[in-house]
Amino acid sequence: MISNQEIENNLKQHFGASILSVAEPFGMLTIDITAEAVLPIMEHLFNHPEYRVQFLTDLCAVHYPDNTGSELAVVYHLHSLENNFRLRLKAYTSAQLSVMPSVTPLYKTANWMERETYDFYGIVFSGHPNLKRILNIDEMDYFPLRKEYTLEDPTRRDKVDKMFGR
Amino acid sequence: MNDLNVAFNTQKPTPNNVQLLESDGALTTLNLGPTHPATHGVFQNIIQMDGEKIVSGETTIGYIHRAFEKLAERRPFYQITPLTDRLNYCSSPINNMGWHMTVEKLLQIEVPKRAQYMRVIMMELARIADHLICNSILGVDTGAYTGFLYVFQQRESIYEIFEEICGTRLTTNMGRVGGMERDMNERAIAKLKKFLNEFPVVLREFESMFNRNRIFIDRTKGVGGISAESALNYGFTGPNLRAAGVDYDVRAMNPYSSYEDFEFEIPIAENGDTFDRFMVRGQEMWQSLRIIEQALAKMPNDGFQASEQHYVLPEKKKVYESMEALIYHFKIIMGEIDAPEGEVYHSVEGGNGELGYYLISDGGRTPYRLHFRRPCFIYYQAYPEMVIGSQLSDAIVTLSSMNVIAGELDA
Repeated sequence: MISNQEIENNLKQHFGASILSVAEPFGMLTIDITAEAVLPIMEHLFNHPEYRVQFLTDLCAVHYPDNTGSELAVVYHLHSLENNFRLRLKAYTSAQLSVMPSVTPLYKTANWMERETYDFYGIVFSGHPNLKRILNIDEMDYFPLRKEYTLEDPTRRDKVDKMFGR
Repeated sequence: MNDLNVAFNTQKPTPNNVQLLESDGALTTLNLGPTHPATHGVFQNIIQMDGEKIVSGETTIGYIHRAFEKLAERRPFYQITPLTDRLNYCSSPINNMGWHMTVEKLLQIEVPKRAQYMRVIMMELARIADHLICNSILGVDTGAYTGFLYVFQQRESIYEIFEEICGTRLTTNMGRVGGMERDMNERAIAKLKKFLNEFPVVLREFESMFNRNRIFIDRTKGVGGISAESALNYGFTGPNLRAAGVDYDVRAMNPYSSYEDFEFEIPIAENGDTFDRFMVRGQEMWQSLRIIEQALAKMPNDGFQASEQHYVLPEKKKVYESMEALIYHFKIIMGEIDAPEGEVYHSVEGGNGELGYYLISDGGRTPYRLHFRRPCFIYYQAYPEMVIGSQLSDAIVTLSSMNVIAGELDA
């Protein structure tokens, strides 16, 4: 059984400069990293003889509009099936730039996940073989899951937070 | 009577005709979907064919995209459960329970054992229903309609049990954060016991129709295979991965809802082809039955809901009788109670594989971000690679055996 501490130390030793912060919400090792380090860290974990983190469980993005300069986070959930160890990597990019390296060279499964993320957040994954919209229509000219697009009709007054004492 | 004798061509095909039947290098484009009986759902495959052979395939999805992830950002946790129903609508209870468990993890609510066992029973029933549909539809696609009609009677029995538990059949909205909405009544237990008696007989008959059937084996063995390595790289989970020989099952690897209390095996196969997927699903139904029997026999009696007033919806009966229950009911329904801040990933073994929920809460009444890891969406991208080089009819049985559910595909 590999401990979170062990992976953390190993990554800090190899990629010290790229690791921004480390947390453990609900027991899952969560590491904030720089965008450039995404592929090297994943390759390192993939090829490590002991860790063998070779399964990309999930890839999605989160929009933090208040986080100026790094508004968009791409979240990778990785899993080492042999050691039953899960970890989460978060890499940030700005809303203006919104570019992230593609992990498709390492994981074929990232293909559609990255397309979905592009579709909803407009993050361009450089190196992706076929980056185009997947769930929404091709003609769409905005990225709907970004926080500036509020869900409901802004003229409606019956669901305003103020009504609930907020 | 002479006019009834229709003349037919007894001549041998001319060289000209033969030329037409052979490949002349020109490709045919075939649209399989969006509404095609073989896709069993709304998605499109644009297939390039050289005669009967598939040369390339492109998939288009998103026809029933309903923006669940965006909708969830404006909904209190209770109102998200009905959204999860509509992911894999063949096994809604698994989606519901997975969502409840994610929220419980965030709120750190301990659910009583009885509720956990009830959930296990419901999830395993849902798994049986899901696998039954997939396997029997595969029969239909290979030309055996009988099995499909026969086992649907059993699926009906499962839905009747769901109806006793939660009042609905397909989109169940079953259970609540913190447990179940009500205890199992006697009718539900009677129906469950009846099902446990009847189903093995039916499943055995269903298996005797397919498992060693020469025609079925010829149509499915070696069709649409995928290697374990490739399957892992494509993010396969669930029966499709286990058919390729990897024994990854969330129930065993990261047990939730007391799965560690039960004895069950994880069936695997080795070739990852259509026949193996069929067999793995078949065997999993037996294992699900085993789990249900154990859960029913060992059912504890410590209540069906956690005693966490702030988050757990009170029983409806109490709402009408007690002031306190009415207050909490109102507060929870109107979303007046905030969830703590946090970032949770929780996954359950859905009918098709690892169904994950990635929930970020910023301390409000709705999720800040909710992402569903939908197994169908992830493994369906391997489909073109799996069918290239095979014939059209093989592509159809491959699609059927992968159990691609449009609701889960598009979210």
